[in-house]
Amino acid sequence: MGVDTTPSPVPPGAEQDVILRNVTESLVDKGFVVANLDKLVNWARTGSLWPMTFGLACCAVEMMHAYVSRYDLDRFGVVPRPSPRQSDVIIVAGTLTNKMAPAFRKVYDQMAEPRYVISMGSCANGGGYYHYSYSVVRGCDRVVPVDVYVPGCPPTAEALVYGILQLQRKIRRTGTLMR
Amino acid sequence: MADPQPVQDIGEYVSGALEGAITSSEVAGGELTVHANRDDIVRVLTFLRDDVLCQFKILLDVCGVDYPERTKRFDVVYHLLSLTQNARIRVKVTTDEDTPVPSVTSVFNAANWWEREAWDLYGIFFAEHPDLRRILTDYGFEGHPLRKDFPLTGYVEVRYDDAQKRVVYEPVNLTQEFRNFDFLSPWEGIQQQLPGDEKATVDEETEEAGEES
Repeated sequence: MGVDTTPSPVPPGAEQDVILRNVTESLVDKGFVVANLDKLVNWARTGSLWPMTFGLACCAVEMMHAYVSRYDLDRFGVVPRPSPRQSDVIIVAGTLTNKMAPAFRKVYDQMAEPRYVISMGSCANGGGYYHYSYSVVRGCDRVVPVDVYVPGCPPTAEALVYGILQLQRKIRRTGTLMR
Repeated sequence: MADPQPVQDIGEYVSGALEGAITSSEVAGGELTVHANRDDIVRVLTFLRDDVLCQFKILLDVCGVDYPERTKRFDVVYHLLSLTQNARIRVKVTTDEDTPVPSVTSVFNAANWWEREAWDLYGIFFAEHPDLRRILTDYGFEGHPLRKDFPLTGYVEVRYDDAQKRVVYEPVNLTQEFRNFDFLSPWEGIQQQLPGDEKATVDEETEEAGEES
């Protein structure tokens, strides 16, 4: 009663480092690996970004180029999926029309958290060439929240790969267990 | 350019055989165009398909054209191809918003969706079409967007409403109006006198005046 029994934390510095090193070494000897859980989760998330196949127009051709042998997004763990239930990211590749918008939102809503959106090309970014059209959504960010915008008309396959790398950086920077 | 004589012959043959149904025919750029009476279009296309000297068995396209300055403002254009004659023919009929054009789906099945498209985009009504619905525009779309009097940006735009959890339609609200810089476009109408042309005429007049004196 009245006596604080919890040990006071060791302040950061040489003394703390010695303690931590000893703990780590003893764990390594016993065959354990110590890692930050959130770093591990981020590693897993960035290393297997499965995109929903969502090609809407000519940008889809560049997206295909990024997937296949020359740029080979497989090596980043990026494998196109045919179902939103299996996807982590949706690449909006092409012109999003008014008629497509409800369907697109439905696909996005079906994706499991954490989910990301890459807007690929001028049309998905802001309507692009069809900005003043009667039938085109002026940017897919009117329908879903967008994480990465890839500019271009259409963007090259390299640009899309760079966009995916930027998304990985963003996940590493902001990713937590809870989203 | 292809030799115009074969299609010229076909044009004359068709005009003679379909006396009364074909109002005129011409060959321009090696391409044969015949103008038909609207109410005879089924008869004309049936003849072109079945006649042994025509055999236009392939319907390549049915489309609309809008000429807002005319009283019968729409053209319906049928493109046909004859593989045996190695020839193409273009058949045109005129109509307006209210006058129905007889559907040719009974002659060519391919016309079904094209007529739906012409209905969707121009509002050309096709009589006795089996399933005349919109085909391209959004569900619940109003208006016929390829008419010249349809505003480019339309009337509604969509966005996702987070409160209602669905995509909603709202009146168009542009942050910046559409600006057209293509003054030389033949569709926007080339002016009779372009900016700067007046200098050329002035020069000629002064030269003439100089010669007289």
